[in-house]
Amino acid sequence: MTDQSKIRNFCIIAHIDHGKSTLADRIIEKTGLLTQREMQSQILDNMDLERERGITIKSQAVRIVYRAKDGEEYIFNLIDTPGHVDFNYEVSRSLAACDGAILVVDAAQGIEAQTLANVYLALEHNLDVLPVINKIDLPSAEPDRVINEIEDVIGLEAQDAPRISAKTGLNIEDVLEQIVEKIPAPNGDVDAPLKALIFDSIYDSYKGVIVFCRLMDGRIKKGTTVKMMATGFTAEVVEVGYFGAGRFIPCDELSAGMVGYFTASIKNVSDTRVGDTVTDVANPCAEALPGYKKVQPMVYCGLYPADGAKYGDLRDALEKLQLNDASLFYEPETSVALGFGFRCGFLGLLHLEIIQERLEREYNLDLVTTAPGVIYKVYKTNGDMIELTNPSNLPDPSEIEYMEEPMVNAEIMVTTEFIGAIMDLCQERRGQYIGMDYMEETRALLKYKLPLNEIIYDFFDALKSRSRGYASLDYDLCGYERSELVKLDILVNKEEVDALSFIVHAETAYERGRKMCEKLKEEIPRQLFEIPIQAAVGSKIIARETVRAMRKDVLAKCYGGDISRKKKLLEKQKEGKKRMRQVGNVEIPQKAFMSVLKLDEK
Amino acid sequence: MRNKERIPLELYVHIPFCVKKCEYCDFLSGPAGKEIQKAYVQALLKEIQGSVDDSDREIVSVFIGGGTPSLLDASDISEIMKMLKKKFVFSDQAEVTIEANPGTLTLQKLRIYRESGINRLSLGLQSVNNDELRMLGRIHDFQGFLESYELARKAGFDNINVDLIFAVPGQTRKGWEYNLRTVAELQPEHVSAYSLIIEEGTPFAEKELDLPDEDTEYEMYEDTSRILQEYGYAQYEISNYARDGYICRHNSGYWKRTEYLGLGLGAASLMPWKGSRAVLRFHNTENMQEYLQWSGCPKKIRKNETLLSVKEQEEEFMFLGLRMTEGVSETGFYKRFDVPMEEVYGEVLEKYRSMGFMEKNKDLWRFTRQGIHVSNQILSDFLQD
Repeated sequence: MTDQSKIRNFCIIAHIDHGKSTLADRIIEKTGLLTQREMQSQILDNMDLERERGITIKSQAVRIVYRAKDGEEYIFNLIDTPGHVDFNYEVSRSLAACDGAILVVDAAQGIEAQTLANVYLALEHNLDVLPVINKIDLPSAEPDRVINEIEDVIGLEAQDAPRISAKTGLNIEDVLEQIVEKIPAPNGDVDAPLKALIFDSIYDSYKGVIVFCRLMDGRIKKGTTVKMMATGFTAEVVEVGYFGAGRFIPCDELSAGMVGYFTASIKNVSDTRVGDTVTDVANPCAEALPGYKKVQPMVYCGLYPADGAKYGDLRDALEKLQLNDASLFYEPETSVALGFGFRCGFLGLLHLEIIQERLEREYNLDLVTTAPGVIYKVYKTNGDMIELTNPSNLPDPSEIEYMEEPMVNAEIMVTTEFIGAIMDLCQERRGQYIGMDYMEETRALLKYKLPLNEIIYDFFDALKSRSRGYASLDYDLCGYERSELVKLDILVNKEEVDALSFIVHAETAYERGRKMCEKLKEEIPRQLFEIPIQAAVGSKIIARETVRAMRKDVLAKCYGGDISRKKKLLEKQKEGKKRMRQVGNVEIPQKAFMSVLKLDEK
Repeated sequence: MRNKERIPLELYVHIPFCVKKCEYCDFLSGPAGKEIQKAYVQALLKEIQGSVDDSDREIVSVFIGGGTPSLLDASDISEIMKMLKKKFVFSDQAEVTIEANPGTLTLQKLRIYRESGINRLSLGLQSVNNDELRMLGRIHDFQGFLESYELARKAGFDNINVDLIFAVPGQTRKGWEYNLRTVAELQPEHVSAYSLIIEEGTPFAEKELDLPDEDTEYEMYEDTSRILQEYGYAQYEISNYARDGYICRHNSGYWKRTEYLGLGLGAASLMPWKGSRAVLRFHNTENMQEYLQWSGCPKKIRKNETLLSVKEQEEEFMFLGLRMTEGVSETGFYKRFDVPMEEVYGEVLEKYRSMGFMEKNKDLWRFTRQGIHVSNQILSDFLQD
């Protein structure tokens, strides 16, 4: 059994691109995978076995061994945290599995919005935060300024923060030594009932769900019957172990303070939700660890196979992805324009994009995505409330008392020269100004309350373009607010295209409707008749464009020698038509459905 | 006296030579020295000789095309015709056309054509406007055409076609109308008027061209039909107009899917397959060396042999047949395929009828005037899944 005083459980937090992954790589490089004692045992054989079975782990966690200057061997458990605001809940769970955090700050850029958000999150979890100044090899590096900033803004002692370059490997030893010195060792009770936090899980086709956990108290080994305290699910442990770099290394037992995994022939990831507490059925702990919540998708959109015949393939792919991603939600839906598909829920736009990309790359699916939307609360005149994820399901306006939309508290870190531009942007996106803190003379933290709806469109892109890439954003959901919302419908050749409908604030309906019509006019090829494209709210047309009729398309010559070639041209044309979606008599290219997702100014 | 109906067959003879390639041309043709031309004629004669003797076939038309067939010595054409007649059984009424370009014709040449049995002349005028002719890369001027035309009449050609191209760079509706009227005044029996197609790989495809816009092209096409009608020409195909009784039977055969045998470099054929109901499309090699070497064994030079399924034949029946203004016949379809047209194409025909692009007159389905203009968009719907 490992002495808890020789264990350090920590994570690395940083704003995006400040060098988190590079530092993690360096730390792993400068340490070893096994202790002296372990090296002499049978473990290597087991590892080979694992390798043969082709099991690898995503690098959410790694256990490494560091021989410190005091001559002792320390076990480091480095737990990765997702870097994006979409996955805040996962970040929070990962932090809960640690005793300390390394805060990486870019020596040139200083503190950014997500730096702050992550530090606050770490402090909330009572973690000791160890600041590290990275990228000191950059010509624009100002480590002294950044250290002062950390002390002033965050109030963290930073004078002896290691000044490193993760890229070149400079001063990485300082970081390792400080991990030993400054990050506290775990202090769980090995003899208390089992209490372990699930911070991640993945599905493996041989072993079932592999549960990643941090043991707070007690111990777990093969044969222990465990219980997930939130879901109530019980199972008998088949294997326990810890994380080598890229592989699982089985061991006899995990005990308080340790980070590792167990398997128990669990078939469904949703039985082992991140944040849940694992205990021993035979000797349960009195209460669960705080903080388990079911993650709710925040952004919804329709996913349709470009080729209707691939519906089954899409369903199978979503099923498989969900095994590893309990936060992915999907249910079948039907669109008049797009046929059979799924309404899917995601943690955020990035999550949506990741899933979409995985479906396309890993499962070779060609997808049509409808405009992402949030969950609206529709209060009906009869007293009912429905949570609306698909605009097509909006009840008739006469049945609606009022609607509410989700809001976020957004914090935007920006250099002072762009404050005006960013405030304009927030204003345009219906933001309510809350306040502004100057971090130092040249930088400020803008606080706005914004509708989530306005953020999921193209807010990130707009933010970056209006600040020349300098602004950074963090946000938190902060409840629902009543809002004047309307459903904007698009009519192509007088027929409503359900897949293009979406919910929008009444004041922006006209503008968005106009842009949609313009964009669709570009995307819909001319056909044999004139095609009006209209945007409507209820029965009122608020914008219109027209795709002119094709007047002339004649194949002038077709004699004996031309026939085969001309037929090929007709075949090509037919293939092109097949890839379009038929709405009434109009053929709409798949691309048109996607093009309306980004309507931002050029 | 015939005791049984002979099956009609058309012959196409390709002459792949011209004085100089035109700017818009993507045909298999180019300038060549006399020696190659002579060698080619010999090879062609060998190919004709080596062709399967279809004695139950009756040649209803011959088309000697190119290139510029009139570039060859008249005696070569004469030899070719002699060999064809020796090898195949010609109908008394056979239509025998040769393509010719102004500037390559003499009275003597034309007389020899007549004597060899050629009874139709197709003249590549393209434009009466010398600036347009230069821009198209033609070697002749309008005066040269007039001279050739007069010579042809003198030699006894009473069935002449004139080829025109419209919607060429810089052309206006007025300019095109002038072209049409000038040609119609001459009263050729037949006029082909093609809208310029910019083909890949031609010099025109590389250039910035000031082409008439879509609306102008539309009007020009309408003008063509209307103006030629004034002079007694009726439109019978997308680009073809004829005075009464002078419809080109050879080309109509392509659209009605009469079987044809192509002779010469790259020439395409549609031939029966081992006496079955299936038909075969193929074309001769486009490689001159290969052709010269192996033309004596025609099967050896065949490329891209494609056996057409019934489905493909139905498709061709429709997309070729609908090029003709008379349309496609339901009875004809049923006779050929043993299935009503309605069953295969009812849905798409009705769709376009309801949109005003097609109409039905008794047994015949055809494009309306509106439909012809956009026919290329519609025809692909006649390909089956």
